[in-house]
Amino acid sequence: MVAAKWNQFLDSGFYHDFSRDKTAIISFFILCVYVVFCFSAPLIAPFDPYDPTGIDIMDSEIPPVWLEGGDSRFLLGTDAQGRDLLSTILYGTRISMTIGICAVLLQAFLGISIGLIAGYRGGRIDNFLMRIADIQLSFSTLMVAIIFLAVFQALFGTELYERLAILMLILVIGVAEWPQYARTVRASVLAEKKKEYVDAVRVIGLRAPRIMFRHILPNTLSPILVISTVQVANAIVSEAALSFLGLGMPVTKPSLGSLINSGFEFIFSGSWWITIIPGIVLVILVLVMNLLGDFLRDVLNPKLYKN
Amino acid sequence: MSLLEVKNLEVRFAMRKEELVALRDVSFKVEKGERLGIVGESGAGKSVAAFSILNLISKPGYISAGEIIFEGQDLTKLSPQQMSQIRGNRISMVFQDPMMTLNPVLTIGTQMTEALHAHQDISKEDAKQRAIETLAQVHIPSAATRFDQYPHELSGGMRQRVVIAIALITKPPLIIADEPTTALDVTIQAEIMDLMMELCRTSEVGLILITHDLGVISQMTQRAIVMYAGRIVEEGDTKDIINDAYHPYTHGLMDALPQKTTPGQRLNQIKGVMPALSSIPDGCAFNPRCPLVADICRTTIPDYSNIGSTRVACHKAAPRGS
Repeated sequence: MVAAKWNQFLDSGFYHDFSRDKTAIISFFILCVYVVFCFSAPLIAPFDPYDPTGIDIMDSEIPPVWLEGGDSRFLLGTDAQGRDLLSTILYGTRISMTIGICAVLLQAFLGISIGLIAGYRGGRIDNFLMRIADIQLSFSTLMVAIIFLAVFQALFGTELYERLAILMLILVIGVAEWPQYARTVRASVLAEKKKEYVDAVRVIGLRAPRIMFRHILPNTLSPILVISTVQVANAIVSEAALSFLGLGMPVTKPSLGSLINSGFEFIFSGSWWITIIPGIVLVILVLVMNLLGDFLRDVLNPKLYKN
Repeated sequence: MSLLEVKNLEVRFAMRKEELVALRDVSFKVEKGERLGIVGESGAGKSVAAFSILNLISKPGYISAGEIIFEGQDLTKLSPQQMSQIRGNRISMVFQDPMMTLNPVLTIGTQMTEALHAHQDISKEDAKQRAIETLAQVHIPSAATRFDQYPHELSGGMRQRVVIAIALITKPPLIIADEPTTALDVTIQAEIMDLMMELCRTSEVGLILITHDLGVISQMTQRAIVMYAGRIVEEGDTKDIINDAYHPYTHGLMDALPQKTTPGQRLNQIKGVMPALSSIPDGCAFNPRCPLVADICRTTIPDYSNIGSTRVACHKAAPRGS
């Protein structure tokens, strides 16, 4: 059964296009490497950056091994507190990706439900929900996040904030970006609900929720898939930006953004690696996700077929 | 008591400036196991009539007057919940284009059992069993394999059989078929029509067949209704409508059949087009195109008169050739 499905997949047009697109293969490979390394970080990282007893302040700002003064224990050098940069990046990327993926799941949940209801019901409900989406979109994600996170820190103190940081970031980025999904889904639903198969299931006597989620939603999946890849990349960038501004992950549990931020103070004293290396890691991650998103868009939208 | 009785049904569309009347004073009956045909040009209101029976006219249309009595209850007065218990359960519908009416992303089986689960408390295995039986009933070979296939894996004729199977699976007493064979090629058309005949006969299902093909009507139905611009212009036993029609519009439709002309000769047509709903002329709606038009036709809407088995709305009603 599984083998049959797999063979069917190898036979499909999707796989055909994928196997012919070098960019897509390379991007997918790099993304897989990221995922494997990050989520096995506790197993493969040489140090545990969350364990303060394993850190020696005397090891701080050691450059990568290939530079003069490098230490063979620290492949990519250490940061200002003496943490091994490689381990910190592995853990940090894991946090960044977790936040990105969870935030997008939240966005997708909110956006898809609201978009489906707006598109299917139409009329006043549609107007109301889409105006809310417009209002939400007129505040930039960063602005909403900065205000919200700053107010939260001021009200409840930094200590509580540091414990809840991951949750808060997921919540803020998730809530700020749902209109992207809502709009995309609504547009597809408007096109789909005119089709005869929707009339046909209404005639069968199915209730509206079942028609929306079981019949219309699967037919709108391809645009959802395309924006999802781009949205994960966006969410990771938003999180990095917030952390860089000091509103994201605390330095004790750094994400890529807070790592870049923590190294930024030392960039003029010559310790460039603390900022540049996580920066490169972040840029490559976002780049491959966007490239994969482009590939998906080309494949899933027949109107864009390149000759 | 008739299975379905439509009384003085009027359907209006509330547009920005005015209200358009899409159906006026439509009355007809369907007995248990009877096959009724509705013919007319595009825009005559055939599909609106069908959708209004199921209370599924989309906005801005609404039923403004009349009753639809089905199995003793008036469908126009039911709540949406009660109505969805009728739809697909007591009255099913078969649509025109089987390429469009099946959801491309769900298997045949899912789409078939869904109707059962929506209306009956039935286990998954039983539902699957029923679905496979029904697929066999509409003569689909290797029904069990088809159950797990997707619509794109079937041919047009097979898909229409699946659509019919979905309509049949809840064993409804009435099926409405809206041009069920227009999208199929001629040989498949005949097969599907034979199949529907057979099913109606063996399981005593009432059928409302909407079409613009008089040939199909004459083969399939016992009674026929001719509609023009939202109104029934002639109604009667199919053989009378085909052989001895009284309304000039019905005559026109009959003459327009290609069989009436010899090869090389131009096809007969009814001159002009059906008026738009917003500009229906005074008097008889057919008067601008009618060969027998007289002054009274331009001023007075004709009442129905009964001649033999037929009921006809025409001032000049007369059999062919007189």
